[in-house]
Amino acid sequence: MSAADATAVRAVTRTRGRFRVALSVGVALIAAWTVVAALWPALAPYDPEAQDPLARFLAPGGAHLLGTDQFGRDTFSRMLAGARPVLQVAPPATVLGVLLGTAIGLAAGTLGGLVDEIIMRVLDAVAIFPAVIATVLFVALAGRSVTVMVLVIAGAFTPIVARSVRAATLVEREKAYVEAVRLRGGSTVREILPNIGPTVLVEATSRFGDAIFAAATLSFLGLGQPPGSPDWGASVSDNRLWLTVAPWTVLAPALAIASLVVGIALTADALRGRREHA
Amino acid sequence: MITVDGLSVAYQGVAVVHDVSFSIAPGRTYGLVGESGSGKTTLGRALGRHLPSGGAVTAGRIEVDGADVLALPPRELRAWRASALAVVHQEAGSALDPTMRVGAQLAEALRIQGRPRGDVTGLLAKVRLPGEVARRYPHQLSGGQQQRVVIAAALAGRPRLLVLDEPTSGLDATVEREILNLIWALRAEIGAAIVLISHDLALVGRLCDDVGVLYAGRLVEEGPAARVLSEPRHPYTRALLDSAPRIGAERAHRGHDVTPLLEVRGLTRAYGKTKVLDDVSLAIGRGEIVGLVGESGSGKTTLARAVAGLGRRGGGAITLDGAELPTEVGRRDPATRRRISMVFQDPDASLNPSHTVRTILTRALGDGGGVAELAALAALEPHLLDVRPSRLSGGQKQRVAIARAFAGRPDLIVCDEPVSALDVSVQAGVLRTLADQQARTGVSYLFISHDLAVVYQLADRVVVMSGGRIVEEGPAERILREPRHPYTIGLLRAAGHEPSQRRRHVH
Repeated sequence: MSAADATAVRAVTRTRGRFRVALSVGVALIAAWTVVAALWPALAPYDPEAQDPLARFLAPGGAHLLGTDQFGRDTFSRMLAGARPVLQVAPPATVLGVLLGTAIGLAAGTLGGLVDEIIMRVLDAVAIFPAVIATVLFVALAGRSVTVMVLVIAGAFTPIVARSVRAATLVEREKAYVEAVRLRGGSTVREILPNIGPTVLVEATSRFGDAIFAAATLSFLGLGQPPGSPDWGASVSDNRLWLTVAPWTVLAPALAIASLVVGIALTADALRGRREHA
Repeated sequence: MITVDGLSVAYQGVAVVHDVSFSIAPGRTYGLVGESGSGKTTLGRALGRHLPSGGAVTAGRIEVDGADVLALPPRELRAWRASALAVVHQEAGSALDPTMRVGAQLAEALRIQGRPRGDVTGLLAKVRLPGEVARRYPHQLSGGQQQRVVIAAALAGRPRLLVLDEPTSGLDATVEREILNLIWALRAEIGAAIVLISHDLALVGRLCDDVGVLYAGRLVEEGPAARVLSEPRHPYTRALLDSAPRIGAERAHRGHDVTPLLEVRGLTRAYGKTKVLDDVSLAIGRGEIVGLVGESGSGKTTLARAVAGLGRRGGGAITLDGAELPTEVGRRDPATRRRISMVFQDPDASLNPSHTVRTILTRALGDGGGVAELAALAALEPHLLDVRPSRLSGGQKQRVAIARAFAGRPDLIVCDEPVSALDVSVQAGVLRTLADQQARTGVSYLFISHDLAVVYQLADRVVVMSGGRIVEEGPAERILREPRHPYTIGLLRAAGHEPSQRRRHVH
């Protein structure tokens, strides 16, 4: 084996290895935050909502691992507890958005013609409407709740998912195996569905990351959980006034959001990469 | 002088070329023949030392004019490739940059050789292309013209070694003949040693001085082309020659019912303003095999798809047993749909990659029973039922497609180039299965092929299409041995058959 060939072999192996590392890091981050969301009452050293006027703006270290905020609440405990509202909203919103988007995209792609045209124009109209304004409207009408957040985020994702599923469906629809089904009069959707599975999977993981971000953004804007309850987005928003005094109160929830989004992005990338290099 | 001595190549440890040796003198043409998987393309790539990643030369030497190519350090290798090597790959379209005009691409090739860009016109003239081609983009050229441009780029330097890897696959017989004639004509002028890689032994035999036959990575036979073709020594070469269908070879004479099963009257189809089918009328008898031939763009695939109810809408009528058929498959009732099925050209796209063979056949059967019988009918080994299509060879995939086409006990099967993607030896087996099942079930075939010899072997009647019209039709024997229409005569000539024209009443 020549030196050049050996390099080529190494490059292939290295690419595969990189995906494996990305996948395990990503899955580990997601798993860790899921465990925290489920078990934080057992893990948190303090009650995240307990105030202590004598212990305001304590720096990290000592009794409070990540310090305290303006009301003397423990930042670390609030960070752990904040995983729950995000993970209550993002997964159901992702599942709902992906399911709706896949169904609509498949329908548009297989039916084609005028139906396709109408569906896609309606989705364009939905996608063009600023999500923030839609959310404010929705919250004003229905009140703050997990359900409202899930519905709003899922609604924003549906057109995005539908578009990629439709594109994948159009590619498959032209293939001879689908024509063979049309000739004998079977269900083309049933034949196409397993072959757009990879597209749906990649779409789902990408949207999951966006959903975390969207949930945090909504609570940052005060449209999420009731005020005072531990929440990453709300914490960043509330504490940003004290950024120079107690930067840890902002950094902890911000890094929590970032680590979860990065974990999901790594997983999505690795899945997509494995599919392309398979 | 090119000398290959004991060359072995492996991909990630798996040997694909074993101990191959041959030599070619400058100005001579060496044909490397083998089926897919025989290692011929790997060997061709090894000659230019551009094996894909994971591939490596494990033993042997390649010497070009005394220099050991395998020992060259990277810098000298680049210089050697630029000055002495030229390679023409299978698909010309993907070898050209779609965003650059042809002239600019040729000028770049000339610049690398240190020649003035003014020579572009001369280069185009060499491959018999008009100078104005330089101003066009690759997509504005036909497949044959694209391949000429690639050959022109290959001739920008003074190559000592020219490797042509299936330069005409995917091209029509007529265009293929033109390209090969061009290579033949330039042979002396180039003065390079030429390696022509092909799966078509007869074609290589017509064009090359010497022929090497590759089988499973080994050179099993080698010698002057005339000798190898007329008196092959290795059994594999003999099998390769025998399995290729020939016009004029013995064919079974079968009787069939003359009552028409399917009639097509005044069929018209258009893409925009271009008429693809122009008032086509055709009848297929019960149990009859109708061969449909013509160059690509002649409308034969459009006609076949229209019969099956696929493709665009247009004018004309199709009747099955005298009853009018809706032109769109979606409007045909289930019982009628079952009566017409189809075998598609591309074995890779015609089977659902997510399903096992068993699922594919079960769904085609509808009522579920008889998968094993169906597989046996297409001579498909039972152990292949539980694998997915990606694990099958091209021939096996096409057998699954044939089994699927028979699932509904159809009256007519439209076969759209069912063997054109297959190797000659595999092709023979698949054709035999098609013929056997026709004889057993009495089904009719509308059989499309660009390969006239295949059509000759199988069809009762031949229909020749050109420019969306039927130009000649009649019994296969008459059409392919004594054609009357100039287009049919040209088609036969291009495929290397000299038709015995108007050989009437000589006895």
